[in-house]
Amino acid sequence: MKRFYGTELPNPLMLGTAQYPSPAILEQAFRTSGAGVATVSLRREGAEGAGAAFWKMIQELGVLILPNTAGCHTVKEAVTTAHMAREVFDTRWIKLELIGHTDSLQPDVFQLVEAAKVLTEDGFQVFPYTTEDLIVGERLLAAGCEVLMPWGAPIGSGRGLNNTYALRAMRAEFPEVPLVIDAGIGLPSHAAQAMELGYDAVLLNTAVARAGDPVAMACAMVRAIEAGRLAHEADPIEARDMAEASTPVIGKAFLA
Amino acid sequence: MKIVINGAPYEVSATTLAGLLQERGIAGRVATAVNEEFVPAGLRASHPLRDGDRVEILAPMQGG
Repeated sequence: MKRFYGTELPNPLMLGTAQYPSPAILEQAFRTSGAGVATVSLRREGAEGAGAAFWKMIQELGVLILPNTAGCHTVKEAVTTAHMAREVFDTRWIKLELIGHTDSLQPDVFQLVEAAKVLTEDGFQVFPYTTEDLIVGERLLAAGCEVLMPWGAPIGSGRGLNNTYALRAMRAEFPEVPLVIDAGIGLPSHAAQAMELGYDAVLLNTAVARAGDPVAMACAMVRAIEAGRLAHEADPIEARDMAEASTPVIGKAFLA
Repeated sequence: MKIVINGAPYEVSATTLAGLLQERGIAGRVATAVNEEFVPAGLRASHPLRDGDRVEILAPMQGG
């Protein structure tokens, strides 16, 4: 398995921590599934100090922490958020989100590249939420990123992999780079497909948190990811248009 | 002195960012910014507050 900035993931499921019915179900989803990475965020601290309780629970899970810059629309905003996240979460990892479009939450790749460069120079290890565009991928790598996280589909849409052609091309273009499908996963079959394409990890949140049974869905995702990974390593056959008999023809009895 | 904390106006007596956190009873794991600039924890005690400053106090939260 590829290493992410020198770190091996205990499990290729990167699981979001938002939108669960309760903190207990969130905790159980992580513990039962064995997800390797938890994405987290920073928000205004209320008087009730909810942040402390959440942080304690996440720490006790013993998973790797990937803070995000969710909701940022400018380089300055994202860079400042990243600095604040580094201090609070005590990690150089940052999931860099620079949102360019309100409805699709499509990344603003121009600002993304710029922010990735600034943050890399500041010592961050950037996980950029990007599109499947190969040239943007090149620019992000040139900016210092050692991981790319193309979207499968818009965040929270559950549509799966919208552009498997381009995602396959991306895998082929960057064979040595750890690639993560980030966003758009709705079903375990989508996650399996990502891994079958040779992706190294899958990052998802809504598909688990909003499922009727988040704990069961988290487990289903982990198993699908494992199945997809094994399938990729097993070198799957190519699809073909016509049938090809699998039972040998030679030795067949003449009974017609 | 009037300042804005997390988007809401407050009348405070603290004169530094560290003093403000103490006055507001915030002792947990937070990150701070003043007027959209990050202020690291180590600089809070020496960061003066001025009338009209916009202070952001952020804590760990759920995220995707």
